Amino acid sequence: MAIQAKYLDMPLDINDLDVENLAYFRHCAAHNFHLQRCTKCNLLRYPPTTACPWCMNPKSDWVPVEAKGAVHSYTEVHHAIQPAFKSHTPYLILVVDLDTQKGQPSEHEALRVVGNLALPDGTLAPPEMVRRVGIGTRLRMVFSDVTPGLALPQWTIDESATQPAKPWRYPQE
Amino acid sequence: MTMPAETDTTSPKYLRDKYAIVGVGETAYMRGSGMTTRALGTWAVRNAIEDAGLKPSDVDGMLSYQSGDSTFSTFIAGDLGIRANFYMDVFGGGSSTEALVGMAMGLIEAGMCKVVVIFRAMNGFSQVRIGGTGARAVAPVSGDMLHSRAYGWQSAGQMFSPTFMRHMYDYGTRPEQVAAVKAIHSEHASNNPKAFYKERVSVAEVLASRIICKPLHLLDCCVETDNGTALVVASAERARDCRHPRTLIRGVVGRCSKPRLDMHYQHGPISTVAGKYAREILWPNAGVGPEDIDATGSYDAFTFTTMLQLEDYGFCKKGEGGAYVSDGTIRLGGRRPNNTSGGHLCEGYTHGLNMVIENVRQLRHDADDSCPVGPDGKRQHTYDYREGGCRQVKKCELTANMGWANPGTGSAMVMRRD
Repeated sequence: MAIQAKYLDMPLDINDLDVENLAYFRHCAAHNFHLQRCTKCNLLRYPPTTACPWCMNPKSDWVPVEAKGAVHSYTEVHHAIQPAFKSHTPYLILVVDLDTQKGQPSEHEALRVVGNLALPDGTLAPPEMVRRVGIGTRLRMVFSDVTPGLALPQWTIDESATQPAKPWRYPQE
Repeated sequence: MTMPAETDTTSPKYLRDKYAIVGVGETAYMRGSGMTTRALGTWAVRNAIEDAGLKPSDVDGMLSYQSGDSTFSTFIAGDLGIRANFYMDVFGGGSSTEALVGMAMGLIEAGMCKVVVIFRAMNGFSQVRIGGTGARAVAPVSGDMLHSRAYGWQSAGQMFSPTFMRHMYDYGTRPEQVAAVKAIHSEHASNNPKAFYKERVSVAEVLASRIICKPLHLLDCCVETDNGTALVVASAERARDCRHPRTLIRGVVGRCSKPRLDMHYQHGPISTVAGKYAREILWPNAGVGPEDIDATGSYDAFTFTTMLQLEDYGFCKKGEGGAYVSDGTIRLGGRRPNNTSGGHLCEGYTHGLNMVIENVRQLRHDADDSCPVGPDGKRQHTYDYREGGCRQVKKCELTANMGWANPGTGSAMVMRRD
């Protein structure tokens, strides 16, 4: 079933032919992160694709994945482009290395899952929390609920994890 | 000029020196053009054909690129009375210019047409804003775009910044090193009467401008302008009959990509860009190396873009791009000036085509600066690079252009003076 919804006043939609994205976001809506695993080479992949980027096999299973990791890189947006984000600046866009499958199948590959920095309830993080996060910060996944069948995976600081003494942040603060 | 690799009989020569850029044309670089992209394209193509010394009936091929923001070849060809034996409008941005030059060479080589015009016409300020504000910012977020736009990750600056940040992390690149790109390009633009921004800015001014998205300050980002730009490609033989000294194409690489273009960050190192792959095609095709190049045209949608490409195409060691762009090498009068027109940061934003136009003029030894025009109709260059002066590179024989769509995709071309 196609999904149409609004998130921060942005119209979002997934059409009913897009079975890969429908499945991905349905699992997120259940707050249970899943990725496609290739039935041949068993590698996980992100974001959803229609075949395996490593062995071209079109068949995959959706499997639960532990959604914890560390910031690989980020940007901190001060001048929002989309009107929906203007009242949320500064906000972080995070590229996060999952612990699962990091460095596989080759050294510089990882499941790098994008998200904003959010509070545990999935709302965008306030500025004082934004300032605590940089490359290396340990994060865990949370979800922004949008509508039945659709939630966006997001990231929040993993307070139970051992954090780096000083995560790397842009030097001109 | 004899090229270093002509003595190397072991490597194939591809189409080296068999094709030429015979004409270049542009409109003014403006905000508020007051005309359609069709009119901008028509003017640019007309100027390029006249620059080549050709007639519309000599042109039988047309290529353009756009992102749903421009007119099509059919209208430009019709307006100028050109009957095409081949035309095609492709989707895409900054990695298109050199890629389409390569396609034009292939078309002529295949006998499908003889003289090809390539154009890009855009109202990048007054219609579809290239910075992503306006209509594009409020478009619905569908399907695959949920993995980016739903996170406020949409504009070019936002999309590329994780690459830029990671380069600083991996190699200790400093904000002031990268800001030197804008400062130097602004010096070049101050000697370019066509440039939209002609005033010089300092590194300190770049760093004092407001943050757009880290690590980009406002002045790390290019200008949005309205303009049409065009090139004419023909065989080297045909080029002998054209108006200007021949600008021969040594080698081209087009739309060369990193793995996983569905989201290239999946495959690192993310501080490395597509130039790492493209250089393995560019330099062998051209039969020269980075050390032979006199002037570069490294795309400057952002200051970081210029640095990353110069580094990954091998103009310096990996990780030393910050030093390379700030030590004077890329300045007029330096060893290898970059974007002598002021580029996208200062002259105007054209998705790469104006940087090829500039290097064609450099190779003709006819940069259109403020130097006096002599009795032969050519500028008498002073090589005084102070503000308002000359911007011709001394003894410019060989150039390299490096186009960029995103960190994962690039195109490049080496040209030489006959």
